[in-house]
Amino acid sequence: MAWETVIGLEVHIQLATRSKIFSTAPTAYGAEPNTQASAVDIALPGVLPVINGQVIRMATLFGLAIDADIAPKSVFARKHYFYPDLPKGYQISQFELPIVANGHLDIVLPDGTEKRVGITRAHLEEDAGKSLHEAFDRDTGIDLNRAGTPLVECVSEPDMRSAAEAVAYARKLHALVQYLGICDGNMQEGSFRVDANVSVRPVGSSEFGTRTETKNVNSFRFLEKAIEFEVERQIDVLESGGKIVQETRLYDPDADETRSMRSKEEAHDYRYFPDPDLLPVIIDAAFVEAARADLPELPDAKRERFAAEYGLSREDAAALTSSRALANYFEATVAAVGGETAQHGKPAANWIMGDLSGALNREGLAIVDSPVSAEQLGGLIARVADNTISGKIGKDVFEALFKGEGDSADAIIEAKGLKQITDTGAIEGFVDQVIADNPDQVQQYREGKTKVIGFLVGQVMKASKGKANPKEVNQMLAAKLAE
Amino acid sequence: MSLSEDQVRNVARLARLGLDDDQIADYAGELSNILDVVVSLEKADTTDVEPMAHPLDLAARLRADDAIEVSSRDEFQAIAPAVAEGVYLVPKVIE
Amino acid sequence: MSHTRSIRELASDLAAKKISAVELTEHFLKRIAAHDERLNTLISRNEESARERAAAIDAGDNAGAALAGLPIAHKDIFCTRGVRTSCGSRMLDNFVAPYDATVVERLAGAGTVTLGKTNMDEFAMGSSNETSFYGSVRNPWNTDYVPGGSSGGSAAAVAAGLVPAATGSDTGGSIRQPAALCGVTGIKPTYGRVSRYGMIAFASSLDQGGCFARSAEDCAAVLQAMSGFDARDSTSVEREVPDYSAVLDSQGDDFLEGLKVGLPKEYFAEGLDDASRKVIEAAIAEFEARGAEIVEITLPHTDLAVSTYYVLAPAEASSNLARFDGVRYGYRCENPVDLEDLYTRSRGEGFGREVQRRIMVGAYVLSAGYYDAYYLKAQKTRRLIARDFSDAFENVDLIAAPVTQAPAFKLGEKLDDPVSMYLNDVYTLPASLAGLPGMSVPAGFVDGLPVGLQLLAPWFEESRLLGAAHAYQQSTDWHTKRPAGFE
Repeated sequence: MAWETVIGLEVHIQLATRSKIFSTAPTAYGAEPNTQASAVDIALPGVLPVINGQVIRMATLFGLAIDADIAPKSVFARKHYFYPDLPKGYQISQFELPIVANGHLDIVLPDGTEKRVGITRAHLEEDAGKSLHEAFDRDTGIDLNRAGTPLVECVSEPDMRSAAEAVAYARKLHALVQYLGICDGNMQEGSFRVDANVSVRPVGSSEFGTRTETKNVNSFRFLEKAIEFEVERQIDVLESGGKIVQETRLYDPDADETRSMRSKEEAHDYRYFPDPDLLPVIIDAAFVEAARADLPELPDAKRERFAAEYGLSREDAAALTSSRALANYFEATVAAVGGETAQHGKPAANWIMGDLSGALNREGLAIVDSPVSAEQLGGLIARVADNTISGKIGKDVFEALFKGEGDSADAIIEAKGLKQITDTGAIEGFVDQVIADNPDQVQQYREGKTKVIGFLVGQVMKASKGKANPKEVNQMLAAKLAE
Repeated sequence: MSLSEDQVRNVARLARLGLDDDQIADYAGELSNILDVVVSLEKADTTDVEPMAHPLDLAARLRADDAIEVSSRDEFQAIAPAVAEGVYLVPKVIE
Repeated sequence: MSHTRSIRELASDLAAKKISAVELTEHFLKRIAAHDERLNTLISRNEESARERAAAIDAGDNAGAALAGLPIAHKDIFCTRGVRTSCGSRMLDNFVAPYDATVVERLAGAGTVTLGKTNMDEFAMGSSNETSFYGSVRNPWNTDYVPGGSSGGSAAAVAAGLVPAATGSDTGGSIRQPAALCGVTGIKPTYGRVSRYGMIAFASSLDQGGCFARSAEDCAAVLQAMSGFDARDSTSVEREVPDYSAVLDSQGDDFLEGLKVGLPKEYFAEGLDDASRKVIEAAIAEFEARGAEIVEITLPHTDLAVSTYYVLAPAEASSNLARFDGVRYGYRCENPVDLEDLYTRSRGEGFGREVQRRIMVGAYVLSAGYYDAYYLKAQKTRRLIARDFSDAFENVDLIAAPVTQAPAFKLGEKLDDPVSMYLNDVYTLPASLAGLPGMSVPAGFVDGLPVGLQLLAPWFEESRLLGAAHAYQQSTDWHTKRPAGFE
């Protein structure tokens, strides 16, 4: 039987606020245990939550960016369950009236086609603390520093049909929240956590199969593998006559498999009700418009603009806008070239996606840590454009910049004497010498084997140590050989 | 309106109240009596009535995003039943 | 005799240095030592810190503050830094709060000296003070009788002259009812007027701090210091607090002149004990004699109040009390074998019976399949009850009614019958559900036990309540009566 995969993702996006969602404790990662857990965070008797306005603003930005409805009235609710890293015995979340609903994200599939993935809702909630199961022999330790960190939980429609689509969606979302400046995107530290709801059904069926929820996926590569494993597992179960159990599963990257979380199998009764300690959040048009004014240019718009303004291909424009840092680097590079910026887009794109990204990959560096600044790269591109150096010499200058051998392309060209020779007299000297030294080839050329000019140009370039302007060399050789 | 002992057991379990069988039996009777009073709500006509979550019809005030809290860990953990190395301890949880 | 003087008199004596804060504190500490064994009004006594604090005030701390040197007691529901804050529960028997409630901070800022923490029903759940882990409080008018609850310790301590004033909290009547049963003046302000920060939550949408004193004038002084916006409480209201004492001074005896007072017929129907009715009618006659216009009104949804309250309050309580899990503070069972054992035994052993009952009712009405029928329905009937009041206040300035159906009952009499205890709150619950300010004013006696007159005003009109009560107290002396043995 042929099977179709159905995937929906739930993504927890940690908001990059200074203080927590309901307390004034800091949210920095990696502090000593419980030193960022205030009276509110540890749920002392008598304490009360007060909503952080920045959280509301960030959620609004997010809602606008996914073209969603921003609820004029949203309500916080209590979700009850007992666990030691949940100090109040309930999590403050949103249930019936989430702040964001009915959005979407357009993704580009590997074959170049576009697909729209619906976003059902995005609600605000507080994170729990951390349970440390390994640190002690007989006990579990509880660190509440993370308790109360603001999260947006973004729930997609079950619109994705392959692991690759799911990864494309997750990557796009990941880029978006960083564009918006609302999340640092650090997956290792848990700032962007993806849970995958996966089911399979016979091709052609309109009903959904029973789904499982896979948690603990902290990279895009693992997301792909976890989904692929889970799809295969479900198909195996169904084809051998079994049934899929609706359950939560955990991805184990070491074994590359998902496992049932038996401890959480108990049916939950969360007893949601509106949190009486918190009043409804009312968002008026002025608030939304103020947020809209703060929206940066979003990836899709930027991609379109890059293609139009710089004459880039859609693929190049998409690659350059895949992260805000890369797009910023590109535009700073183009600006640094100076002059007519529209003309420099293509060479800048080629340099960034070619030499620069190759060098960064080699060294395992991110664009923000690039040893070659956008200003330096722009300076280099300018020297190639104005024929100070050839493209080939440019690559040497780039390597020198990458290694930190000079502050600018100009300084390296100067120090290494790489300036292209355009002085006709100097080039004529090299040309005359090569003609004199290679009578056989000259003879062949004059007998009609004009291809041999390539060899003669090479000899001139060699004699000039690569600095002669190849175009001028060509023209001059052709003229002299025709004499 | 009467609650069975199993229902009471279930609710006690939800609320993590450790009760013995005698207590369960007592509570079954008492909770049933309370629910007998409460069911009178059914009779009220609440067509088109907005639920009232707060006595005052106000909106949330939005606080500034200032991380002004300094750690009071030592003071907070001085009253904790079991702590070590800055963390609270509970019997080992097997995941 | 300092304990018979008004707060205003004490404040002026202190300011004029006719008496020192230390002397005043010693006087009340002596009374506590002499009488509290019998009454059990205090869970914790702070003799040492009170003496130090009084000495500091004499040395100039809080100089010029409105209540500088005034001894008070806090209901043990308010967190007091460095002092056990038990909330009347075994669960918090070992809980020394690491911070002060806003109310505690504000009263300290006004110069008060805290003598101790008053006894209360466990987690404020009760109407007789019999659910306290620390034993029942006794009514000073007859020690075989309950003082009311849940702020029974505060009411009884003020009635017996052990403190000039005490704080309380009211969720469904927990200030007005014990004030009535102990013959003192008590006020519960509008929901949102007094910060709930640091007041251990029972039912968050209902809980409201307030106070007890001998007279309306004394309550005005204490409430003034407690009230006002607090950024730490999202439900606290940003609204100016009038100068209550100035209102009393400027209008004084004439306050009732021309005031339209409504008597809700539902509060005088079947169930009200005849002797109590006579007392209330006499009080209303006095209002009329002082120029008030008396009209009958109707609050047609009153009969829904008990069921509405006993869905909403337990639901919120079951949630608010989930944090008591034996992990970060409070009671932890001995040698838990695993996490479930830690939870179930700590909560099974740490909470008393009434608290467990309400937690279970609350968990039940919120659980899957029952939410709409109970919780959502009760939120709707709550609005019906609140609307009754807003409609009524279109036509009247004030509502007058009994606080309870009968005077205090005997200790133990209703302990095994929670439902009859709940039904007893019928006159105080509606105003709590609506979030209205309310008062209980001593209005007379039945068989030697006090009866209180309940006054209710529109939202944020505490000064109207205080003004009316003060005017009434100018021509009556019920609030000055002392129980025998505690003169």
